[in-house]
Amino acid sequence: MAETKAPERATNRGPGRLLIAVYIVFAIAATSRAGLQIATKFGEAPVAYLLSALAALIYIVAAVGLARAGHAGRRVALACCSVELVGVLAVGLLSIVDRELFPDETVWSGFGSGYGYVPLVLPVLGLLWLWRTRRDPA
Amino acid sequence: MTSAAAAGSPVDGWLATLAIVLSLAVAVWALVAAVRQRPPDRIQFAGLAVVELALLALTVVALVALGGGDRPGEPGAFFGYLVTLVCLPPLAWVLARMEPTRWGSAIVCAICLVTPVVVVRLQQTWEVVGG
Repeated sequence: MAETKAPERATNRGPGRLLIAVYIVFAIAATSRAGLQIATKFGEAPVAYLLSALAALIYIVAAVGLARAGHAGRRVALACCSVELVGVLAVGLLSIVDRELFPDETVWSGFGSGYGYVPLVLPVLGLLWLWRTRRDPA
Repeated sequence: MTSAAAAGSPVDGWLATLAIVLSLAVAVWALVAAVRQRPPDRIQFAGLAVVELALLALTVVALVALGGGDRPGEPGAFFGYLVTLVCLPPLAWVLARMEPTRWGSAIVCAICLVTPVVVVRLQQTWEVVGG
């Protein structure tokens, strides 16, 4: 509240912590699901399951990046949010154009429709948050 | 209750309904706190603890049913949701403790809104087996 001349706002305070909370939820959900799918029935839909695992990894790294908050953390979070946005858009399109490619649902299928489109909104919020907290060190 | 439609499902009954109702109640309480710029209060933390207890009870019921030979329709997704579910209230607790501002209340609210969704998804992944 009383911080007057912060050169670069921390990404892990206030609304940022809420964002981190949602990222952690998705990290846990995607990791546990992808882990079990790969362990039990990997052969059925390897592409879909590997993609879920990749998404899970990106959610974890993004959450860590935002939580670390430093210069490196910001850069990591920026990379993750960008990859995530491109991923959800690409997989969303592909899952509509070519259903054969993803016989089983992934987090990003149908632009994340199975998860209330949160996977689509999340990277946008992440990028907006990074933008809002950005301020060059004086 | 709604258990008549799926009598065989261990995750669809008064316990699941209780968890959903409690979670939504905590979400509303936390939302009011967030709007009023209040940090998470005792009621929110107590609420999270009660929701977690309900979810753990639900997990025990599900595991007992599994031990008895019942199987969910989509085991992978079912266990994924189950693991996620029991992690939610502790996660909200820890993050809300770290954030003693209105955003702490917002975190509790968000997680308590996600919890009922995961409970419903859990029920859906159990029931697929019937067809």
